[in-house]
Amino acid sequence: MPETLILGVGNILLSDDGVGVRVVQKLQALDLPQTVQVEDGGTCGLDLMQYLEGVSRLIVIDAADFKLPPGTIRRLEGADVPAFLAQKISPHEINLPELLFSAKLTGIYPQQVIIFGVQPGSLDTSLELTPPVAAQVDRLVDLVLQEMQR
Amino acid sequence: MRAVEDALGITVPTNARLIRNIIETIQYIQDHVVHFYALHALDWVDITSALKADPEATSALAQSISDWPKSSADYFAGIQAKLQGFVASGQLGPFANAYWGHPAYKLPPEANLMAAAHYIEALHWQRQVIRAHAILGAKNPHLQTYLVGGMSIPVDPNSQAAINADKIAQLLDLFAQAKEFVEKVYLPDVLAVAPFYLEYAAVGEGLGNFLSYGDLPLVNKPDPNKPGDLFFPRGLILGRDLSQVVPLDPAKITEYVTHSWFTYADETQGLHPSQGQTEPKYTGPKPPFEFLNTEEKYSWLKAPRYDDQAMEVGPLARMLVAYVAGHERVKYWVDAVLNALNATPQVLFSTLGRTAARCVESLVLAEQLEPWTRELAANIATGDLAIHENDHWHPSTWPAEAMGWGWSEAPRGALGHWIHIKDGKIANYQAIVPSTWNGSPRDAKGQPSAYEAALVGMEIADPNQPLEILRTIHSFDPCMACAVHVLDPNGNEITTVTVAEF
Repeated sequence: MPETLILGVGNILLSDDGVGVRVVQKLQALDLPQTVQVEDGGTCGLDLMQYLEGVSRLIVIDAADFKLPPGTIRRLEGADVPAFLAQKISPHEINLPELLFSAKLTGIYPQQVIIFGVQPGSLDTSLELTPPVAAQVDRLVDLVLQEMQR
Repeated sequence: MRAVEDALGITVPTNARLIRNIIETIQYIQDHVVHFYALHALDWVDITSALKADPEATSALAQSISDWPKSSADYFAGIQAKLQGFVASGQLGPFANAYWGHPAYKLPPEANLMAAAHYIEALHWQRQVIRAHAILGAKNPHLQTYLVGGMSIPVDPNSQAAINADKIAQLLDLFAQAKEFVEKVYLPDVLAVAPFYLEYAAVGEGLGNFLSYGDLPLVNKPDPNKPGDLFFPRGLILGRDLSQVVPLDPAKITEYVTHSWFTYADETQGLHPSQGQTEPKYTGPKPPFEFLNTEEKYSWLKAPRYDDQAMEVGPLARMLVAYVAGHERVKYWVDAVLNALNATPQVLFSTLGRTAARCVESLVLAEQLEPWTRELAANIATGDLAIHENDHWHPSTWPAEAMGWGWSEAPRGALGHWIHIKDGKIANYQAIVPSTWNGSPRDAKGQPSAYEAALVGMEIADPNQPLEILRTIHSFDPCMACAVHVLDPNGNEITTVTVAEF
């Protein structure tokens, strides 16, 4: 049973929106403990609820509009998470908030929820990340790995 | 996948056909239930009113419409306390965007509390039943176990990794839960809510034309036009005429780009998807903009038409075609719902009709899960372990040129893929997805699509809170995962849907 779920969300067809998925693709290639599950959440919302069951720590990587320079990373935890969702600065305003809200309603909200938000430079139709965001992918992988050491 | 199978003349083995049908069926049911409770119910159910309900009276109401066990006063009091907690903390999630207290909400507090409880139960339930996909080697909503020629999951009574007796037993258990929820919660809720909103049985359907490609093949080489070869029959209902199903001729499907940001050499004509072109050409204003000129190009959707007419697709189209074709179980459940509401089949041409059709479809399909799973088990028991047709796997076996049409019915309606294979490569590939049929811009003749036609003449109590429009648009179950949402800077959905005839 996984204790930690690492979820990358976003649409890889929309340039930097897919940064979470790109990070998860790198993590999936690593040899991680059995207690860690890594999922490409794509643009799914409620469909991801099944992965939250029994998870005590959720780490989400997502594009988020902080009105900061492209590639800026922000780590959110605890009370900042609902505030983040309430402001809907994530482009996935339908998916992630609904998923976490539904998890709360049904009593499977993880004890710890951490979001790594990345400021996108572009949400245009493209399979490529923009250079300032692409430059942060390895750093995000490291940040997630460090998070698991905590 | 079916487009390639059609192009190369592949017949998938019995096991693969049955597994595909089972995966598709549980996906329909999960999708419909989630749509009803998570998206559509909030159009009819006022969560804030549920806080005023009397749990005892709610329990009496629930027990009067269903023998589903979770119906005690204590249970509803617990749900109410939970909702109160969310409201008090201000963390309303998706509830926050609804128009609470709008005069168009008409359910008594007890019905609102019951529906809110079932919304939470539906969230639990969907998480459970969709495990069927994992057992069958797939992951909702992108089902990777599909392969051209069959499926990738092995069938082997002696292997733990394959489909075996254990897995069949797990499936049957999940499918019993699916059927119980649809029959004892979903249907009673639809029947309990509908009488308060009967005005929506008279509005919200605009075209009168319905198209279904048909799906769920019951034989390995189905003739889609032969009654009984497909569980959902193929055909058209035209001009709201419930006396006959008009046969569908796939050659009559075309797509226009007259009002779409694509370009054709001659935009007064539609193109058949087998000859389709997708040349994007954005001519709209630089975003962000407030206004699009609908006299010009204004959409990223093409406009699919059948015989130059706009068609509605989806559960209502499927159920109407099946009903008129004399499908026994569809007739049984449609008539049961109509009798319960004391209504004639004409009321199906409406917002409420669409919502009811989705429920009827879930009922009809939930009954099939067990027999189809047993059929799969019985077929495996005969020693037939075939799951994939390998003869056409290697490109050297392909003809120099081939065309194929892959048709299916997705939860939201008719889905078609067209492929042109040339010299072992894809020369052209076109897809028409259900929400394109329903939500397309106008065609060369200026004909609107189903969404637009459905809204013409709809009366709106408060233009700033167009709940009436949301009810009708949501009744189509617009594609969420792939759609582009128009949001205002605060993330609220912009709901000022402009319809010329207003």
